[in-house]
Amino acid sequence: MAYKTIVEDNIDILVCGAGLGGTGAAFEARYWGQDKKIIIAEKANIDRSGAVAQGLYAINCYMGTRWGENNPEDHVRYARIDLMGMVREDLLFDMARHVDSAVHQFEEWGLPLMRDPKTGAYQREGRWQIMIHGESYKPIVAEAAKKSADQVYNRICVTHLLMDESKENRVAGAVGFNVRTGNYHVFKSKAVIVGAGGASMIFKPRSVGEGAGRVWYAPWSSGSAYGLLINAGAKMTQMENRIVLARFKDGYGPVGAYFLHLKTYTQNGLGEEYESKWWPELQEMVGKEYLDPEVSHRTHRPIPTCLRNHAFISEVNAGRGPIHMITMEAFQDPHLEEVGWENFLGMTVGQAVLWAATDVDPKNENPELTTSEPYVMGSHATGCGAWCSGPEDVSPPEYFWGYNRMTSVEGLFGAGDAVGGTPHAFSSGSFTEGRLAAKAACKYIDDGKAQGIRVSDKQINDLKEEIYKPMEHYKVYHNEVVAGSVNPNFINPRQGLDRLQKLMDEYCGGVTVSYMTNEKLLHIGLKKMKVLEEDLEKLAAEDVHELLRAWELKHRLRTAESVFHHTLFRKETRWPGYYYRGDAMKLDDENWHVLTVSRRDPKTGEYTMEKAPCYHLVGKDD
Amino acid sequence: MPTFVYMTRCDGCGHCVDICPSDIMHIDPTYRRAYNIEPNMCWECFSCVKACPHHAIDVRGYADFAPLGHSVRVHRDEERGTIGWKIKFRDGREKNFLSPITTKPWGKHIPKLADVPGPDKTARESQLLFNEPNYIRMDDGDLYTLETAGLKLKEGVYY
Repeated sequence: MAYKTIVEDNIDILVCGAGLGGTGAAFEARYWGQDKKIIIAEKANIDRSGAVAQGLYAINCYMGTRWGENNPEDHVRYARIDLMGMVREDLLFDMARHVDSAVHQFEEWGLPLMRDPKTGAYQREGRWQIMIHGESYKPIVAEAAKKSADQVYNRICVTHLLMDESKENRVAGAVGFNVRTGNYHVFKSKAVIVGAGGASMIFKPRSVGEGAGRVWYAPWSSGSAYGLLINAGAKMTQMENRIVLARFKDGYGPVGAYFLHLKTYTQNGLGEEYESKWWPELQEMVGKEYLDPEVSHRTHRPIPTCLRNHAFISEVNAGRGPIHMITMEAFQDPHLEEVGWENFLGMTVGQAVLWAATDVDPKNENPELTTSEPYVMGSHATGCGAWCSGPEDVSPPEYFWGYNRMTSVEGLFGAGDAVGGTPHAFSSGSFTEGRLAAKAACKYIDDGKAQGIRVSDKQINDLKEEIYKPMEHYKVYHNEVVAGSVNPNFINPRQGLDRLQKLMDEYCGGVTVSYMTNEKLLHIGLKKMKVLEEDLEKLAAEDVHELLRAWELKHRLRTAESVFHHTLFRKETRWPGYYYRGDAMKLDDENWHVLTVSRRDPKTGEYTMEKAPCYHLVGKDD
Repeated sequence: MPTFVYMTRCDGCGHCVDICPSDIMHIDPTYRRAYNIEPNMCWECFSCVKACPHHAIDVRGYADFAPLGHSVRVHRDEERGTIGWKIKFRDGREKNFLSPITTKPWGKHIPKLADVPGPDKTARESQLLFNEPNYIRMDDGDLYTLETAGLKLKEGVYY
């Protein structure tokens, strides 16, 4: 290959992926490391990359301590009940006590936050959500990151982390390639903050053909937050905690603002309220601690999202679909109608397009809802991600190894989707996690922990060979056949992605099996996954763009494999509505009130699973 | 709703290629104009549509569920700090919306942290981030700790 090798040496902090987590990291790193060399490597263009590319209509994590609205421990309580007890409360508490300062800065930077005209406080959509005109949210935070970084490398697909050869289990930078020029980029760095994205499209999407990219989470979120970390040998947690979302059918438009602010509600196909009739049966399955509608009514403690999904899925399976969102009442108010439309124009334009295309005006017709395929992510309402150290003043010994948000690999930090056990961080929380990781990374370097890092030319050259292998493979074999994409010696990234999605769907609890799996299915799936990984050694990429898809697929595969192992390990159905273990349908607090932790040995590919204690900081709210 | 590019309006400037988060807007080597090379990896994020100086990029609903005949057009005006939307339904009805995108001129209100006074040793050893604790409550309120919140760690209790 004739691509150039470009080496950026002596970096102090490398930020891989500059969505909300990465931008927060780059911004804050400059304050604590004014003399440090800070570099960003971003797969797309930092101005419109990550999950917030098209904007957001709400900041979903804001305490409002300034207005006397909530304290950090309230948020811990909320996230804990939503995730059926399984969260890292130290990390959540830490994020929650800092998140308001990030939001207040966004407003100073020019992000239009709506205000309640009576109180002067930010306009609430729900207890944790504030409403914004957020179309330009990402360009605004990107400017903050660009002003802090020494250089931003756009269009770099980071494929691997570099490992230090003088000390085991220490990071030394990252490598990747430019998706436009094809050039090989080497970043030698003392510390690395991974702010890459979670995983969309590892499960078969509901749409087909052209619409196969019409998913809820961005199609470019390829699980690099997990692929990079797992391959480096970092411990992971909560990877079984995939999320299924109730969304407007085919548009994947969020329903949160509709429920919370517009006060819309759902009905089954017969025009009936259906959720509550599933509670008695479900209470048998999960226990009263997690589902007590009376307490929920009294304290406004929400019923966990997955359990509401369970009612939705069960009602549809009982033949009483479709489920409708009742918008016709709220939309008679012109102000609420405008809010309803702008909610999507500012962040999910496709929903508005779908309504326009199908002549659905929610003022005159109640739109259909559906449940999505599962996603694997750590910043929205689930907590997949790396097993990270917490802050020194909060975390118990099992959760603390010196540097906040540092993974189990030295010098390797996480933010956003990369950090496990911190659901309900969303955009502002991810930005805040980036800030926390950056301060800790600066301290790690100042403490002399990154001294003597060594990266040999061999490691760099071996990785180069591995990265470009799909293009070499294509060059060698494509002329064996006349033309077309059918070749006995290789598959292309799209074919590989289709295979991964089918496999995950059928064996790991996707849409077509109503989110159901069991031990036997998981074992078969893992076996097929191994064969797929062998075939991915023969993946072929026709050009640099396809090479990007090839590496996205490899990161998705590694993420999916981890999901399989975690789902197999937790022998209970902790989150009915997200997935079901048919052979262990009941929630089992006796054995599983624990966090799951895995590690893949980078040399052998073997997974080791363990249980970690689940610590609680705050009591119940009733 | 994958994007497509009108042949007569595109001049191949590459703004869409520069901004696309999914790397799917490319310049066609024959026509020297942009096009969407991979519609099923398009997220209808409208980044390219907003970036196009000639309004040459449009979208149409995904073929597997959206009928033809609709449009959602956008005009993002950085100088005025607004974004305008025109939605045309398949049956001809129209809706128009206008929202602010920023309350302050671009490029002037975000601090360059290399120029602000650096943190002292106490701040480094504390749990505080830049601008804290003032920015948490926009007053002198301090940071939360387990102690100030009256909290204790407990292992494995069921909630």
